[in-house]
Amino acid sequence: MDIRELQGYANFFLTMFLVLLLYGYILHLYRSEKKGEKDYEKYADMALHDEISDAPVENNPKTKESKE
Amino acid sequence: MQSNAAFEYDYSIAKLFTYTTILFGILGMIIGTLIAAQLAFPELNYMFGEYGTFSRLRPVHTTVVIFGFTLSGVFATFYYVAQRVLKVSMAESNLLMTVGKIHFWLYFVGALLATVSLVLGFSQGKEYAQYEWPIDIVIVIVWLLWGVSIFGLIGIRREKSLYISLWYYIACFIGIAMLYLFNNMAVPTALVSGYGNIMHSVSMYSGTNDALVQWWWGHNAVAFVFTVPIIAIIYYFLPKESGQAIYSYKLSLLSFWGLMFVYLWAGSHHLLYSPVPDWMQTMGSIFSIVLILPSWGSAINMLLTMKGEWNQLTDNPLIKFMVLASTFYMLSTLEGPIQAIKSVNAIAHFTDWIPGHVHDGTLGWVAFTIMAGIFHMTPRMFKREIYSKSLMETQFWLQTLAVVLYFTSMWIAGITQGMMWRAVDEYGNLMYSFIDTVTVLHPYYAIRALSGVLYLSGFLIFAYNIYKTITSSKRLTEEPQFKTPMA
Repeated sequence: MDIRELQGYANFFLTMFLVLLLYGYILHLYRSEKKGEKDYEKYADMALHDEISDAPVENNPKTKESKE
Repeated sequence: MQSNAAFEYDYSIAKLFTYTTILFGILGMIIGTLIAAQLAFPELNYMFGEYGTFSRLRPVHTTVVIFGFTLSGVFATFYYVAQRVLKVSMAESNLLMTVGKIHFWLYFVGALLATVSLVLGFSQGKEYAQYEWPIDIVIVIVWLLWGVSIFGLIGIRREKSLYISLWYYIACFIGIAMLYLFNNMAVPTALVSGYGNIMHSVSMYSGTNDALVQWWWGHNAVAFVFTVPIIAIIYYFLPKESGQAIYSYKLSLLSFWGLMFVYLWAGSHHLLYSPVPDWMQTMGSIFSIVLILPSWGSAINMLLTMKGEWNQLTDNPLIKFMVLASTFYMLSTLEGPIQAIKSVNAIAHFTDWIPGHVHDGTLGWVAFTIMAGIFHMTPRMFKREIYSKSLMETQFWLQTLAVVLYFTSMWIAGITQGMMWRAVDEYGNLMYSFIDTVTVLHPYYAIRALSGVLYLSGFLIFAYNIYKTITSSKRLTEEPQFKTPMA
């Protein structure tokens, strides 16, 4: 097997691996929402309520105000 | 960090980039229209000696619209959107304000020098990567400064999670950083040998490797400048302007990863029927076809965001711009994969169908989205309503007509050209010489030039409308939450 053939196979199997990873991620998104662990749709509010005085959708615990 | 109640968002950097978006938009589109006219009427090549020929001006057009107009629009919207979705003001950090200012001025001066260098004929001869090495170094510094702004703002954010638009801005930053560096690896000849012009360099790659790296970059310049940050823009401005939450936030996340995964590997479709390994060409085709899925995932998500609110399409020209942009995104991302199928590519490659495809994406999707973003931002940045709704409507229809004329004329021209090049008589001899195709294509080239004039006119109306909005429109007492006020 020469290097070109090897590159071809490496590309194919890497692609397959990444496809599995992507499908796994999709599954994870829907599963965790179904189980009630996460609500992804609430993040859409970040664009709609984006005044600096609006309450964040989720407070960043690292900001100074949050620590106070 | 102080309490956010004391701060307002600081738009000074966003304003500066808005000006350059308009400036480079006008410049890039004037040159584009001129070179379109040169293809129809070749005598227009000789107006400014060597500086006015098609070959000299074509890279000026492409680079000014990509790195001038589009990137300015990306930076302008970033400095506006990022503050808002992270709920943090640039004014809260002196360091970030300074970096932002240096980012703008270095970008602006660098972009002007880069443009002049191309007009003077300094070029690496690689498509969308023409800039010579000293300009590349400036570009890398500008890009790193943007990175400092992105991650600096994220570092002081009040919102824990990053809104989907920021994911796309970050992807644009990382994607371009990686690919630009790889593709522009070159050896400055004068520094090594002591001979030749100081501007000149030679690529570190050779032969088909050079071609592969070039199109890895070339196609991903489309991905990470013309697609990824434009999705970032529309994912903020469409929901915000319409007051509707994104139809499915989950779909936006999985389309994001799908796009990142697939887009990077589609570039070899530019090298079908060339001496690169056959499996690589086939993978390029396959990845291009699969690319329809994440692209349409985003586009459908945008259109479904308007579900139940389609009346806004007639009330608000800004929504009209963004809905049409999403539609052109769908058209363009279906057309591209079709062209990447090997048998279709045998006809389409090197023909006018390719610039036809590029322009329904850039004029219909990219420019429409950026202009919509600026229409939304300007009243909020300058606290004045949009000067004229009727001018917006006029611009919209003028430019829509222009895009339709552009891609239909180039579809016909491209397919005619591809068929004529391949036509053989009963003995296997070519039936047509090159000049036969040029004669047949002349009317379509003239239509394209006309469409350039129409689109440019629309853009000048846009520039005038924004200028009047900034200088003399009615003042707003408070910031509108959703729909942009217009006279």
